[in-house]
Amino acid sequence: MSKPVLDVRELRKIYGTGEATVHALRGVSLTVERGDYVAIMGSSGSGKSTLMNILGALDVPTSGQYLLDGVDVSRLADRQLALARNRLIGFIFQAFNLIPRTSAVANVELPLAYAGVKPKERRRRAMAALDVVGLADRAKHEPNQLSGGQQQRVAVARALVTEPALLLADEPTGNLDSRSTDDVLEVFDQLSLAGRTIVIITHETEVGDRAKRLIRLVDGSIVLDRRQAPVLSAAGRHSL
Amino acid sequence: MSFFEVVRFALRGLSANKLRSALTMLGILIGVAAVILLVAVGNGSAKAISDRIEALGTNTITVMSSGGGGGGSSTAKLTPEIADALIDPTLAPDVASVSPVVSSSATLTYEGTDHDVTSFVGTTAGWFTASNTPVGTGAGFTADDEAQARRVVVIGQTVAEELFPGVDPIDKQVTVSGALFTVVGVLKEKSSTGFQDSNDTAVAPLSAVREVLTGYGSINSILVEATDPGKVDAVQSEVTTILNQQLKVDATSGSTSTPYRIQNASQLLETQTETADTFTTLLGAVAAISLLVGGIGITNIMLVTVTERTREIGIRKALGAPRRVILTQFLIEATLLSVLGGALGVAAALIGSSFTIVGVKPVIVPSSVGLALGVSIAIGLFFGGLPASRAARLRPIDALRYE
Repeated sequence: MSKPVLDVRELRKIYGTGEATVHALRGVSLTVERGDYVAIMGSSGSGKSTLMNILGALDVPTSGQYLLDGVDVSRLADRQLALARNRLIGFIFQAFNLIPRTSAVANVELPLAYAGVKPKERRRRAMAALDVVGLADRAKHEPNQLSGGQQQRVAVARALVTEPALLLADEPTGNLDSRSTDDVLEVFDQLSLAGRTIVIITHETEVGDRAKRLIRLVDGSIVLDRRQAPVLSAAGRHSL
Repeated sequence: MSFFEVVRFALRGLSANKLRSALTMLGILIGVAAVILLVAVGNGSAKAISDRIEALGTNTITVMSSGGGGGGSSTAKLTPEIADALIDPTLAPDVASVSPVVSSSATLTYEGTDHDVTSFVGTTAGWFTASNTPVGTGAGFTADDEAQARRVVVIGQTVAEELFPGVDPIDKQVTVSGALFTVVGVLKEKSSTGFQDSNDTAVAPLSAVREVLTGYGSINSILVEATDPGKVDAVQSEVTTILNQQLKVDATSGSTSTPYRIQNASQLLETQTETADTFTTLLGAVAAISLLVGGIGITNIMLVTVTERTREIGIRKALGAPRRVILTQFLIEATLLSVLGGALGVAAALIGSSFTIVGVKPVIVPSSVGLALGVSIAIGLFFGGLPASRAARLRPIDALRYE
């Protein structure tokens, strides 16, 4: 059996000191195999965002070990960490986080530019990624000319353009209406079918139902971890 | 990621925020241009003053009778005889020439046209070189003209233009107080920066002027020329000795109440230079303050710009941008803004300095250009680079949460 994409052991995160100490994570252990589609659910304050930020190498745990594709991320220096974020992780934010006043295709190209891909190749791969999310015709639009759902799909294209081992999505549909939510979830379903490893954080059951595996987080600890048959949306309702 | 790519990123960053980039550059432009122009105006006025004084000639001294009103001291009557006494190879070996001067205002008339001359000067032939007043066209009068009291006159540019518009004034005859004078020459145009028009003058032989205009009383002043600009002080003491002898002044009774005054052009120049230095220091202080204010403006804009983009830095880090690339991008942006803004500021100052500002022709001081440009670029780089490096060092999650 190949090594897991994600291997987290006894992860703890403590904010503040003294009486104001907050235990955001109280020893979370988790492994995610290649090709899995995991939804992490929990109410606000359950530590799911903290977990996601640590998984995305945006934050560091107070203690515990985090192996990403076999690499111990908690022991990496800034330079290697940047490399890991670039090559191994595709991060999708709740607030989209596209670079303002920069065209969609330029936004998607950005991670490739930091990876040192040549401009021509970069443009080709960015357009291919935009095509996957169904926005090839909006490549020249700037973020403020796109709807929320479109912006989030551009962000998904940006996350998957480097072919990362892991796609991480932090409440990707939190800022979207139901129709745009469907559009974005459709993209995730397709990516999962194509064999991508996806970890998604959400508090919406509708989103959680689509995943192959559901993890419920309460007060910084995992209380539920079960496999489920993903509920696929009616095929063809929204074309990609 | 190659350096060239980072430069392209920086350019894209600047063009994505055109208004802010333009305003930043405008701030730097104004700061740099203000400093350079301010110093140039100060320098220009200092130069104008020293030019005016240098025009008087630096190797001469002027002896004048001290005007009345000195606490009971008698006023000496200067006469041509006293002037002659100053030409003394033994007592005054450093004196090159002595020119007694009388002057009064007079009305010149030519073919029914009147012109009032503010200073109608009567003197000797040596005065032209001693007073640094060369003749432009025609000729000055000679020592012989003076001895014979010939009625010849050399007129200034203003007089020539007023009385002889479009006519060659040489050999024409003008009437002065009922006497006819023949114009023999026109003085070369002098730079006239004061309130008085130094070209509104006429020069004639001393003997003729006394005969016609001023009478045979005392003369106004004596212009003494030294053989060398370095010997002006020696000449001054020699002249003092002779004058004390001639006017029977007791040199031991204190020099504050001498019946005559000696004006030394080089002393005047020295005083002026000191004044100009003070002036320059003052302007330097003002320039330093405006540079400081300009610098604070640049600091402000740079800090705001980078702080506002902390979130963007967070996004870039989350996408895998190494710290070095982010820092380089922001440093290049700051450099481009400050260098372009500074260069435009220098250009604006150069254009501005070709105009006369409040009556002064500004003269650019090269070091002020370097200083203004250097300081604003340094400030731009420092305050553009510092917050950028701070933001680049943040954990991506902190930069992303930054509001």
